Amino acid sequence: MSEPGQRLEVASDQDVVRVRQLVRTVAVAVKLSLVDQTKLVTAASELARNTLVYGGGGWAEVETVDNGRRKGIRIVFADEGPGIADLDLALTDGYTTGGGLGLGLSGARRLVDEFDIVTEAGQGTTITITKWCR
Amino acid sequence: MALSTEEASRFAGLLQENEDALIGAWTDRVAETLRGRLSRVELQRQTADLYKAFQQALAGGAAGINRDEAAELRAQLSELSDGRARQGFSANETAVSIFAVKDAVLKVIGDDTAALLSFIKLSSFVDEAALFTFENYTRTREGLIADQAEQLLELSTPVVKLWEGVVAVPLVGTLDSARAQVVMERLLQTLVDTGSPYAIIDITGVPAVDTQVAQHILKTVVAARLMGADCIISGIRPQIAQTIVALGIEFGDIATKATLADALRYVLNKNGARKPRER
Repeated sequence: MSEPGQRLEVASDQDVVRVRQLVRTVAVAVKLSLVDQTKLVTAASELARNTLVYGGGGWAEVETVDNGRRKGIRIVFADEGPGIADLDLALTDGYTTGGGLGLGLSGARRLVDEFDIVTEAGQGTTITITKWCR
Repeated sequence: MALSTEEASRFAGLLQENEDALIGAWTDRVAETLRGRLSRVELQRQTADLYKAFQQALAGGAAGINRDEAAELRAQLSELSDGRARQGFSANETAVSIFAVKDAVLKVIGDDTAALLSFIKLSSFVDEAALFTFENYTRTREGLIADQAEQLLELSTPVVKLWEGVVAVPLVGTLDSARAQVVMERLLQTLVDTGSPYAIIDITGVPAVDTQVAQHILKTVVAARLMGADCIISGIRPQIAQTIVALGIEFGDIATKATLADALRYVLNKNGARKPRER
């Protein structure tokens, strides 16, 4: 019984804030613990910013999921940017091409329960993350 | 379907003839939607000014709102929409003020086909005027929002003196690049102005600390250190701490505390801050 997802454009810094607020609202609604809420919101913030900065803008979709035993939140981030040529390198702590700390992508992966990334050079990037209620 | 010159001047004549009745009807119609938020006298004055501008534009043979003959009308419309936007009226309420002229004119125009046909053309003229008003209204509103955003930026980054030799920056809300820049400037300036050797950056009010926020804070700390001040980060709640660890952010040898009180106690326990610094 998952509800239909809510899709938001990610085209500016304000949109990143909007994604964060939506994720927080949904996280509270499915009764994620405070720590998990914060982790998920932070991960969403990282990935939304990546979508904006490296993907050149895209969209984020937030939906609630239910695997029969537990409820959770699934967020999809998609862009049609340059894609990631070397995924292993991009997922290395401290590696950055944009002057950041180089922890956004790898850190976001550690903050959520499921992390799936589909990318290819020139084909854009789609990242799906899921966080389950404990 | 633009108004021909004859039609325009015929309407101008019609407006002149029925001036009092039409202004009255128009004002009534607008007053209805604004529900007493503007005084009747003021509304009457606005409507009368607008009415005259409409009449002048039509008498001049203006076929569209962008013609030279309609310059006065445009000025009136701008003034009206500026006022409405600033007084907090909705876009709807603003547009109705213009559209209402149609209702008023329709009452006096008669019902033969020729009159109705030219009324349609007048109607599209009024639509143009309303669109112009709408656009102007939006622009004014956008201006207001931009002003407020700037004011918010100013408001939301105070640097407070907590103790002799200790300043604190309570961060609240989202720390984006623009705000981080303001915070850093304020903090460094305050350090110079007060000669404080300690600065506490309190992040209790920051809902999520992601890598960008962390990077901004780290840069601020490094800059403060370059000026000889020690920085302490306070307000690290349990959920923030766990998130920071999972993200892999390292604060290195920067002192961090759970609460602002802890941070102040830590600073005061270090010698030298308890008494005013001797210079």
